[in-house]
Amino acid sequence: MSNLDIWTYAVVGSTFALYIGIAIWARAGTTGEFYVAGKGVHPVANGMATAADWMSAASFISMAGLIAFNGYGASVFLMGWTGGYVLLALLLAPYLRKFGKFTVPEFIGDRYYSQTARIVAVICLILASITYVIGQMKGIGVAFSRFLETSYDMGLYIGMGIVAIYAVLGGMKGITYTQIAQYVVLILAYTIPAIFISLTLTGIPVPQIGLGANYLPSDGSLTLLGKLDQVVTDLGFKEYTTQVMGSSLNMFVYTLSLMIGTAGLPHVIIRFFTVPKVADARYSAGWALVFIAILYTTAPAVGAMARLNFMDTIQVGPVGAEDGNLLYADRPEWFKKWETTGLLAWEDKNDDGRIQYYDDANPEFAEKAESFGWKGNEMVNVDRDIMVLANPEIAGLPNWVIALVVAGGLAAALSTAAGLLLAISSAISHDLLKGVFVPTISEKSELWAGRISMLLAIIVAGYLGLNPPGFAAGTVAIAFGLAASSIFPVLMMGIFMKKMNKAGAIAGMLAGITVTLLYVFQHKGIFFVPGTSFLMPELGMGPDWFFGISPNAFGAVGALVNFIVAFIVGGITAAPPDNIQHLVEDVRVPRGAGEATGH
Amino acid sequence: MTPENRAAYWKANVRLLVILLFIWFVVSYGLGIILVEPLNSVQIGGYPLGFWFAQQGSIYVFLVLIFVYASSMNRLDKKFDVHE
Repeated sequence: MSNLDIWTYAVVGSTFALYIGIAIWARAGTTGEFYVAGKGVHPVANGMATAADWMSAASFISMAGLIAFNGYGASVFLMGWTGGYVLLALLLAPYLRKFGKFTVPEFIGDRYYSQTARIVAVICLILASITYVIGQMKGIGVAFSRFLETSYDMGLYIGMGIVAIYAVLGGMKGITYTQIAQYVVLILAYTIPAIFISLTLTGIPVPQIGLGANYLPSDGSLTLLGKLDQVVTDLGFKEYTTQVMGSSLNMFVYTLSLMIGTAGLPHVIIRFFTVPKVADARYSAGWALVFIAILYTTAPAVGAMARLNFMDTIQVGPVGAEDGNLLYADRPEWFKKWETTGLLAWEDKNDDGRIQYYDDANPEFAEKAESFGWKGNEMVNVDRDIMVLANPEIAGLPNWVIALVVAGGLAAALSTAAGLLLAISSAISHDLLKGVFVPTISEKSELWAGRISMLLAIIVAGYLGLNPPGFAAGTVAIAFGLAASSIFPVLMMGIFMKKMNKAGAIAGMLAGITVTLLYVFQHKGIFFVPGTSFLMPELGMGPDWFFGISPNAFGAVGALVNFIVAFIVGGITAAPPDNIQHLVEDVRVPRGAGEATGH
Repeated sequence: MTPENRAAYWKANVRLLVILLFIWFVVSYGLGIILVEPLNSVQIGGYPLGFWFAQQGSIYVFLVLIFVYASSMNRLDKKFDVHE
C-alpha cells in the first residue's frame, strides 16, 4: 500500500466513523423526529446542515470540472444554484414554515383540498428526487472507483451499499447533526487545495481574488485568466472567459430552470420546516447561502486553475514543437490511476508515443494540427467529473490533501443522497400510505415502510446510475428541471394567488412535468435507458430543437407551461372554498405558527 | 388584526419582494448574461466585469438580498404587530 492509500483509508475511515457515530447517537425514535428533527434547530446550525444537504456530488465533484471545460458557459450552475435561494427565502420558506406540516405534498394536498393533488405532487417529487440520486450515484461511483482503484461500475456498487446503510439508519435528526459534521469536512476539503493552488499560481491565498490575479510562472505580466485564454485558444479550444453554453438564450433559460428548481426541491424546502419560528425560516435561507457561497465562489478558481494545470501537464512545450507534447511513457502517476477507472483514456493516433490534446472539432485548428503531424485529439475520454478529485494530484499537493478531497467528495454525495432518500421515503410512507391509502397505519409500520422505500430508491437509482444521462452536475440539472416544472409553480400560486383552485393546480403540475419529461426523454432516452431516445430530425426535431434549448435547461419552459395551464384551467373552474381562502390569508401572517405537525 | 391592516401588511410585503427580485434579476440575468459582452471590456481586479458578475458578483448580491429581506420583514412584522 502506498503512502497515499494509507492516508486515504485513514481520512475516509475516520470521517465515516464520525458520521455513523453521530447517526447512532441521535437515532430517530418517533416519526416526528424521523422527518423533521423536532424543533429547536438554530438557524445557523440549520443553515450549515442545509448547505451540506444541498451541496451534493454535483457541486463538489462535478461542478468545477464543468467550469474547467465550459468556462464562462458554466456560470449557469453558479448563478442557478445560488440564486434559487433568493426565491426560496422570499417566496416560499416563511409561508411553508407558517403552514407547519411535515412534507411538501402535504401542503399541496391541504392547500388544494385534494388527495389527487397530493398524489400528483408525490409522483413529481419522486421523479425529481430519483433523477437527483442518479447524479449522486455517478459522483459516488467516480470517487470510489478512484479511491479503491477499480472500475466505475464496481465503485458504484460499493457506493450503493454504503448509502443504504447510512440513510436507513437515521432519520432527519441523525441527518441534521451528521450533516453539520459533513459540511465541515467538505468545505475544508474543497478550500484547502484551492488555497494551496492559488498560492502556487498567483501568490495569493484567497482563491476568489487569486483567480483575477497575475499569473506568476509567466513573469507576472499576464493575469491568470488571460493566460488561460491564451493556453486554450492556442490549442484550438474556445476562449475560456467568453465561451457560451449553447447560446445566450439557452444560458438564460438554464439558469432560470436551476433557480426555480432549487426552490421546488422537496429535500431543501423540508429544511425550513425544522426551524422554530417564521423569522428563523427567513434567516435560515440566508445562512444556508452563506455556507454554500463559500464553496460556490471558490469553484470558479478551482475550475480555471485545474484546467490550466491539466493543459500544462500535457502540453509541456510550445504548440507544434516536436517535443512540445508529453511522452506517454512519462505520464504522471495520477494519470495512470485514472486510466484504470476508464474515466481518462488516451489513444496514440499518430504513433509518436506523445500525447496530443487539442480541439479537433475546430476546422481552422485541425488544419494546423495536420501540419504538425497530429492525427486527431488523442485524449479520447476526459470525464469532467474527475477534475476536482484529480486536481490536487495534478498540482502535486501533499497526500493528506488528496485524501481529504476524496473524503469531502464522499461527504457531499452521501449527505445529499441521504436527504433525498428521506424525502422519497416520507413521500411514500407519510403521504401515500398514511395520508391516502392506509390512514390507520401504526407509527412503527410507517417507519418501516419509509425504510423499505429508501432501499428500493437506492436500487433503482444505482441501476440507472450505471448509464447516467450525463455528468453528475448535468444529471442533477435534469432533476432541477423536473422540480421547477412541477412543484415550484403550484407552491408559489398556493401562497400568492388566493383564488388558485385544485383543478388549476393539478392540470398545471401534470402539464409542466409532462412537457419537460417528454423533451428530456426525447434526448436522453426513456428513463435514461440508452437507445430509447426518440429525436425526430425529419420532423425538425433534432438535438435542442426548441429554440436551441438543451434538455437540461428545459425545466423553465415546463414551469411556464405549468403557470399558463393553471391560469387557464383555474380561471374557468370554481374558486376554492372560503375556508381555503382564509387558510391562505393566515399563511401570509407569521403570528401563530405552531410546531410542524403531520396528519 | 383588521382586514385593512392585513391587506396593508401584505401590500408592503409584496412591494419589498418586487424591489428585491428586480435587483436579483438585474445582477444575474442582466449583468451576468444579457450585458456580459459589453461589460467584459471593463476589467476589475483582473476579471472581465461581465464574467465577474456571472461567476462571483451575483452570488454576493444574492446573499445581501436575503439578509436585507429577512431584517426588513422582521421590522414590518413588528410594525404591523404580527411578529411571533
